[in-house]
Amino acid sequence: MQWLVLVLVVVMLTSAVAVLVLKDFLAALAALSVVSLGLSVLFVILRAPDVAMTEAAIGAGLSSLLFALALRRLGLWRNGGRP
Amino acid sequence: MPDTGLLLYGGAFGLILIGIAGIVLSAHLVRIIFAVALLEAGANLLLLLATWHQGAAAPIIVAGRVPDLMADPVPQALVLTAIVIGVGILALALSLALRVQRAYGTLDMHEVRRHMEQDIADEAGIDMPSSSHAPAAVQTARQESGA
Repeated sequence: MQWLVLVLVVVMLTSAVAVLVLKDFLAALAALSVVSLGLSVLFVILRAPDVAMTEAAIGAGLSSLLFALALRRLGLWRNGGRP
Repeated sequence: MPDTGLLLYGGAFGLILIGIAGIVLSAHLVRIIFAVALLEAGANLLLLLATWHQGAAAPIIVAGRVPDLMADPVPQALVLTAIVIGVGILALALSLALRVQRAYGTLDMHEVRRHMEQDIADEAGIDMPSSSHAPAAVQTARQESGA
């Protein structure tokens, strides 16, 4: 259990840094949903299965969809983040 | 090997710190909204950790029997609400970013601030307020009078 938590925390913190560092906004969005999915596995370990379900469905699914649609409207979809 | 609670608190505070650093240091508006999402995730994890015990059971009553050591369901319900409200906040922020881009044609915060100050000055009918970037004449006058 400890090793699982250690791996999850390390993956989450590295991809949280990657969200801020990556030039491509689509890649940053993928890193953000990695953070959300890791958080939902942590919620299962914390004995909160309902919160884990909600986080996986809404945090990783719906908000990623929202961000992706907004990025397409803003014209940041596939140009490496450069306007 | 540190214990599990310490690791989890480290993860929560790490996410919160990275989120605050992103809000403060980023210049791009979409990047700031990404950082707000990270901050939300860290805050949710910290809230859930506040009443967590090692080895507690999930707060589910099976066949009328309550487990001896149970995780507290109240912060879990709170976090459930906070996740949904977080998506609402993100949607509002993204729609505001869309409006900003439609109005000013850019998402860079420095450009947006310059445009907004120009708009405010035009509305009030005064000159642009001078800042530390622009006024070469003011700086030379200051140097001549002061030192």
